Amino acid sequence: MTLTDIQIKKIEQHVSHFQDTPGALLPLMHAIQDDLGYVPEDSYPIISKAYNLSIAEIHGFVTFYHHFRTHPAGKNVLQVCRAESCQAMGAEEIELYCKDTLGIDYHETTDDNLITLEPIYCLGNCACSPAVMINDNVIGRVSKKKIDDIIRMAKENS
Amino acid sequence: MTPKIYIPIDSTALSLGAEEVYRAILLESEKRNLDIKIIRNGSRGLFFLEPLVEVETDKGRMAYGPVDISDVPSLFDSEFFMGKPHELCLGLTEEIDWLKKQERLTYARVGITDPLNIEDYEKHDGFNGLKNAIKLEPQLIVKEVTDSGLRGRGGAAFPTGIKWQTVLDTPSEKKYIVCNADEGDSGTYSDRMIMENDPFVLIEGMIIAGLAVGADMGYIYLRSEYPHALAVLNKAIDIAKENNYLGNNILGTNHNFELEVTRAAGAYICGEETSLLESLEGKRGMVRYKPPLPAIEGLYGKPTVVNNVISLATIPIIMDKGAAYYADFGIGRSKGTLPIQLAGNIKNTGLIEKAFGITLRELLYDFGGGSATGKPIKAVQVGGPLGAFLPEAQFDTPLAYEKFSEINAVVGHGGIVAFDTTADMSKLARYSFEFCAIESCGKCTPCRIGSTRGMEVIDKIKSGKDQEKNIKLLRDLGDTMVDGSLCAMGGMTPFPVISALNFFPEDFGVEKKETSA
Repeated sequence: MTLTDIQIKKIEQHVSHFQDTPGALLPLMHAIQDDLGYVPEDSYPIISKAYNLSIAEIHGFVTFYHHFRTHPAGKNVLQVCRAESCQAMGAEEIELYCKDTLGIDYHETTDDNLITLEPIYCLGNCACSPAVMINDNVIGRVSKKKIDDIIRMAKENS
Repeated sequence: MTPKIYIPIDSTALSLGAEEVYRAILLESEKRNLDIKIIRNGSRGLFFLEPLVEVETDKGRMAYGPVDISDVPSLFDSEFFMGKPHELCLGLTEEIDWLKKQERLTYARVGITDPLNIEDYEKHDGFNGLKNAIKLEPQLIVKEVTDSGLRGRGGAAFPTGIKWQTVLDTPSEKKYIVCNADEGDSGTYSDRMIMENDPFVLIEGMIIAGLAVGADMGYIYLRSEYPHALAVLNKAIDIAKENNYLGNNILGTNHNFELEVTRAAGAYICGEETSLLESLEGKRGMVRYKPPLPAIEGLYGKPTVVNNVISLATIPIIMDKGAAYYADFGIGRSKGTLPIQLAGNIKNTGLIEKAFGITLRELLYDFGGGSATGKPIKAVQVGGPLGAFLPEAQFDTPLAYEKFSEINAVVGHGGIVAFDTTADMSKLARYSFEFCAIESCGKCTPCRIGSTRGMEVIDKIKSGKDQEKNIKLLRDLGDTMVDGSLCAMGGMTPFPVISALNFFPEDFGVEKKETSA
């Protein structure tokens, strides 16, 4: 996937914004992903040149962190907590239900590009397990019905 | 007088519909032409009662909860905004047994104040600790912290004062204060609660740390899973700057302190302090060898205090009320209070700040009310994914660092996850390895490879293949990981695994006698 001129311009702006920031890669990758929805691999040469880092170093950095994605996500990202507290309250069933209902596995996006499904390891909502996060909103005490509601609302909003 | 209504803005309260309740109450009051003032406070941490709505009365705040949007019209019909009775009325908040039995020091303001109202913070003893500290020589601040007996609340339990002393004693033109807010342990949410519900107390603690060791720059390394905390912290930092608590010439002195939030990116390992520092420097979060200690060569090679949110947020009350006041709580060398977080399969979940010494049984049954499902509690995991699983026979262990060490367990960050009798402990043991494989930084072999081999060995044991041999192999692998890993990730993953095998061999399809070491 080649980048559009607008995307290149945006990346260059972020790169120059963090040029003098210590530890720039972390805030830079967040800025690129927040803006473009992902960190395109085609951005690496631009970053490499500006920050005097090898492409391998940048690739190594991006792929180390679960949060960063190198391909665009769907319109909504549904993250299902897999950690112990949620397991104790039936998260496994919720995981399976999400996969079945959406017809996708983790790290995949539905054909209509509506939802990307991701695992997550603790949302800090352990007092109300099981929990999921849809985009930036945490939902507690999740049931199959609540998953249906989340998917329905995602459809309505799109 | 205009009635005052408090509706929490904490993200767990929001996850249960607090925002919808807020909008419904606002709408209903407009519909009825009522003049009411709504304050978005933090959560008291009684999550089984959230969304918990409070109303100010002359006797104190009256609590109503858990409130659903469908309850809003009837609440107005009974004039709840005047503190009048309703079926959801729980009485005065402060008199709710669950809250009344606590000893809230670090969380003294949490749930009471509007998190971003700095005057509210000041009115409730905020910045008293800083105002005392700013008059003291650095060595006297460090002494106060050392004397308080405060130990790292992130999990490692290293004495905070000793860490600060090392940084103070290491000469350098630049030093850093780094707050570890990468709260990745399942079953924990105490850091999140401080950051969302009382952010100024963390900021105050970090400024004091800066004064104590001679650092003028601080970073809060915040996990990316906490978008709400990020927004609150950034606003709070701006407000603190406007009020001359941050920046140059703090409170008219010649002290300077800058503070920034850095968003992490979803790597559990970055909760380990050296990995965190690598990440802050814009690198892969690979664990560093120790020594050198971060207190001597930390961020960018400079002396650095790396403390957990709760450790730093506890500094203000120590500097306000004195080391002796704080050290008076707790038992033995576990001094002060611990914010305990009840999670998982528990009826009454939430945050309990208590002095060290309370037993698991008291927490699980007196506070927790037993399991949420009503089935017996089979096991608990204390201290996150690296903590041991404890069976019912160990529920009388008092929560204290030394007492937990005696049973090969850890207090960690104070999170308690309960499981009922439907839990399959072999599945959880396998998950511990799986989690380690996903989150390992990959630097040392026992952790990187041992985690995957561990999953395979558990699968073999469960399938009944050479059980005796494979159990021996699993124990041997555990020893290798404990002794040979670079950090706690690989070094502690065997704790949940081996404890599950020891206490619940039947879940692995093994007779009890075969599992003995």
